[in-house]
Amino acid sequence: MNVDPDKNRYYYRSLTRNIVILMITISIIPFILIGGVTLYYYSRSLKANVMAYLEVIVTEHKVHINTFLDEKLANIQTMADTFTAKQLLDDSFLRKKLNILRERYEDFVDLGIVDSSGYQRAYAGPFRLEDARYSDADWFKRAMGENYFVSDVFLGLRGLPHFIIALKKKDPQGNIWIIRSTIDIERFTSLVENITIGKTGHAFILNRNGEFQTKPRFEKGGRFSLADFYPKEGTEKAGVSIVERKQDFGNKVVYAISALKNGEWILICQQDSSDAFSSLYHVRQLVISIAFISFLSVLVVSFFLARAMVGRMKMTDEERIKMGEQVIEAGKLASIGELAAGIAHEVNNPVAIMVEEAGWIGDLLEEEEFQDIDNLKEFQRALAQIKAQGIRCKQITHKLLSFARKTHSQLTDLQLNELIEDVVGLSERTARYSNVKIETELDRNIPLITASPSEIQQVLLNLINNAIDAVGKDGGTIKLSTHMDNGNAVIDVSDSGCGIPEAHLQRIFDPFFTTKPVGKGTGLGLSICYGIIEKIGGTITVKSAPGKGTSFIVRFPIHPLEKKA
Amino acid sequence: MMMANVMLVDDEKPFVETMTKRLSKKGLNVIGVFSGHEALNKLESNRMIDVVILDVKMPGMDGIEALKEIKSRYPLVEVIMLTAHATVESAIDGMRLGAFDYLMKPCEMEQLLSKIEEAKDKKSKHEEKIREAKVKELSSKFD
Repeated sequence: MNVDPDKNRYYYRSLTRNIVILMITISIIPFILIGGVTLYYYSRSLKANVMAYLEVIVTEHKVHINTFLDEKLANIQTMADTFTAKQLLDDSFLRKKLNILRERYEDFVDLGIVDSSGYQRAYAGPFRLEDARYSDADWFKRAMGENYFVSDVFLGLRGLPHFIIALKKKDPQGNIWIIRSTIDIERFTSLVENITIGKTGHAFILNRNGEFQTKPRFEKGGRFSLADFYPKEGTEKAGVSIVERKQDFGNKVVYAISALKNGEWILICQQDSSDAFSSLYHVRQLVISIAFISFLSVLVVSFFLARAMVGRMKMTDEERIKMGEQVIEAGKLASIGELAAGIAHEVNNPVAIMVEEAGWIGDLLEEEEFQDIDNLKEFQRALAQIKAQGIRCKQITHKLLSFARKTHSQLTDLQLNELIEDVVGLSERTARYSNVKIETELDRNIPLITASPSEIQQVLLNLINNAIDAVGKDGGTIKLSTHMDNGNAVIDVSDSGCGIPEAHLQRIFDPFFTTKPVGKGTGLGLSICYGIIEKIGGTITVKSAPGKGTSFIVRFPIHPLEKKA
Repeated sequence: MMMANVMLVDDEKPFVETMTKRLSKKGLNVIGVFSGHEALNKLESNRMIDVVILDVKMPGMDGIEALKEIKSRYPLVEVIMLTAHATVESAIDGMRLGAFDYLMKPCEMEQLLSKIEEAKDKKSKHEEKIREAKVKELSSKFD
């Protein structure tokens, strides 16, 4: 019954831990599942919303910008269609036209007519660009090839950012003229720069080389690699594509990209993911902090709950162990009481005879013939002494009963055969009253076993007493034998008694199971035997056939103390 | 000391022998026997016995069984149970079954003698009453 306290503490600690882990697992897993699934679908729909919004904005502005460019081109086209080259080559006429244009659209900075060799023949505008030569300018070459051309933004001869709209016009004489107009990019840029989404969303335009066509709100310098946004040729003219990319700083950025000006330019609207999906991040943060708080509270609650539960378990375990000890103690008392009663009877009879004999001598001494002998006083004193000591013996045997209190069960090496012979000696008299013969068949080669002699004695006495009861008054035999089996020392206590019905066999080791009438048996004997044998690592089993007898087989493990050391 | 016919029953021979001698010396008429069966046989052949001193624990027929037999066959015979400590309870059972009293071994001679005297007294009074009743019955017949 004495369990190692360290082992016990470890057992309870691991039990607490397991309960805590189990409680956390079963309460957190559904929470994580629900939270995760909800968050996943929420984020998916939110992202779709944000992207749709970006798409709308980009599409809208794409239309604006395309309209702006088309409008400018249409203005120049109208002018070219309405007036002859001769009219336009007149500087004052051209200036008048520019003024008319500027009244409606401030974007037009100047107007110029360039001949097919790239020589500007007429000019109206704030700069002194008459006679400028554009034969090497890229826009000039492109405009000569195509019918019109809208250039990228460039610094040009004047060192100011602008772009040029150039239109080819043929006059009736077959001469080719290029009508060019510089467009102030300020208004154009503002079209793009006014796009703001959230805190970080802004837009800019790149040309095919990745050069900024508008001033981005956050100057990054360098070039954008268009390959980032247009992984495949040919997709440039598609509607709006949206990508999310990680930047060097680790923050994610959402880009909405659309082609402009027949794919020569692209409009990029970018926004930091954290900004675009701020509500998503907010919700995610909320969910995570709720999860964390509930995890903590589950942890705390389950820890205290588990501790309380395990504490309760420990208490009941301890109570059970204590009760088991009490049951053994009670049985010990019962059988010691029985033993003491036996001894009282055994001792009382001879003592009674001795006292009577002494009394008889005393009676005889009272006769006259002895009255004169010298040592009469001495004889009488001695007889009185014998009587007194006899009474003392009687008191001792009576005290034996009240003496049957706690006895220490000290483990020692003991020889089973000797013990059996002792116990048989004690029981022989009881057996004789019931006409029972006790036989022994002892294997002399049984090694020492480690056990408490008084406890094993108790077990054997119990088994023998049961056997005597089973045999009953009709007489019979009880056979005790020892032998070695499988490295165990085995004691077999068999009787030729009434046997045990099968229905009782399973319960005979249960405490308080008895077939004796109320008050005659406690039902503790066999359960105590069981407890004692179990404690030293042995087993006790029973075989019985009603009417034929019963045998109890007790197995003891062999591990003498000296071998352990 | 009045004359009483006493039978002593115990399986311990030396005890019976010595006790017989001592009680005889006190003036009692004592027969010693060593088992319940023997006691019943002796009672059958010797109807003079007044008091039986009966050991509770004996092999074969024990004191309680012998007591039952004696009381059923010879209700007037008084029985004093003699017991070691362990069988006090059966001695009490015995008193319930009609034993006169019980004594614990080893017992004081004076105590034993006074119990025998009381038992003999009781028996004598009882017999007296029976005799008186018989006389009454007889005289009523002659009336």
